[in-house]
Amino acid sequence: MTTATLNVRRLLCPLPVIRTQDKVKTLQSGDVLTVECTDPGVMQDIPAWCRINGHQVLETRAGQGEYIIVLQVG
Amino acid sequence: MSQRKAVALISGGLDSMLATKAIMNQGIHVEGINFFTGFCVEGHTHAIRKRDTDKVKRNNSLWVAEQLGIKLHIIDIIEEYKQVLINPKHGYGANMNPCLDCKIFMVNKAKQWMLENGFDFIITGEVVGQRPMSQRKQTMPIIAAQSGADDRLLRPLSAQNLPATLPEREGWIDRNKLYGFSGRSRKPQMGLAKEFGFTDFAQPAGGCCFLTDESYSLKLVDLWKARGTRDYELDDVMLLKVGRHIRPKPHFKIIVAREDGESQFMSGYKKEFISMNCASHRGPLVLVDGTPDEDDLYLAAQILARYGQGRDAEQVEVTLRDQQGNERNITVTPLKAEQIPESWFI
Repeated sequence: MTTATLNVRRLLCPLPVIRTQDKVKTLQSGDVLTVECTDPGVMQDIPAWCRINGHQVLETRAGQGEYIIVLQVG
Repeated sequence: MSQRKAVALISGGLDSMLATKAIMNQGIHVEGINFFTGFCVEGHTHAIRKRDTDKVKRNNSLWVAEQLGIKLHIIDIIEEYKQVLINPKHGYGANMNPCLDCKIFMVNKAKQWMLENGFDFIITGEVVGQRPMSQRKQTMPIIAAQSGADDRLLRPLSAQNLPATLPEREGWIDRNKLYGFSGRSRKPQMGLAKEFGFTDFAQPAGGCCFLTDESYSLKLVDLWKARGTRDYELDDVMLLKVGRHIRPKPHFKIIVAREDGESQFMSGYKKEFISMNCASHRGPLVLVDGTPDEDDLYLAAQILARYGQGRDAEQVEVTLRDQQGNERNITVTPLKAEQIPESWFI
């Protein structure tokens, strides 16, 4: 299992989702990706994107203007 | 025979949602595609402004896909879209909206995606007569022809007003179960939404692109004029969405944040622009774009002071910051409202 990190700070919706989508294409099923964001909208959108594409959100964290989403590739 | 597959252009609005559902109901496997041009109006762009934080922050295309239970592929076309906007073959609409070229471009991209992914046809939520530029009886065949999609482009909501497409002729789709909507009325769509059980959906299409907005278009044209070239980067597109844009002289403009959310967003651009804020009073962040000299920066600081809590003070201290982060303070007299000509506002 690979763990990877994606920095999409400053990007606004839907770019964080697009960058996540592109990154996930390079990963294998079971790999874990941590996405670091500053747009609060990702807390809705990346989980929604995961649900419709078969990936699992393992954790979300928010604080000090930053939003972290940890997902496992399905 | 294997199950037929369609790719649907999902804008996040009601029409593409209905069109997709209509085709899904005929047993077709549908996946959605959504294009990001940089000019898309989405809740999160507005969410830059703190006053909008109570609004639901959702991406409508993702939300629609989830409601329909389909996969959605969001595609970044920012770079390729520049040629559509800068040189539209069919011209602009009321503002800087190249709607017909835009639709041709997107359907062409969808066709490429269809071929690469083994899909059979394309569906859109277009309705004859719905939009003044791209959804007219005369222009809809142009979209099919010039995109190269030809008779693999199906508009389920208006299909009965248009020649039969390949999926209809081949019997993949029952034309009789499609619709004959036309015109600007939204009643048929509302009725179909009710029939399908959709009680929550984004406002009808039309307000989904900043290029249809007069104020935004004027700012874009001003940007091109000031730079002497019709080009842009994504950061330009984003910054045109925030703040008051004031151009006192042709060679520089200032962007004044309207509230804390915009100040916070604009602070991410301090390394690209000269920035300034009030040191002695509360006030907005300002970015300075162009090639201002010392007198221009003084004038910019006076304008900034006008929008801070020190607007009625004799003097206001302003911090100027260059792109390297070097700071210095200057003291200015705030301009009065009447000292800022209307013509400076873009």
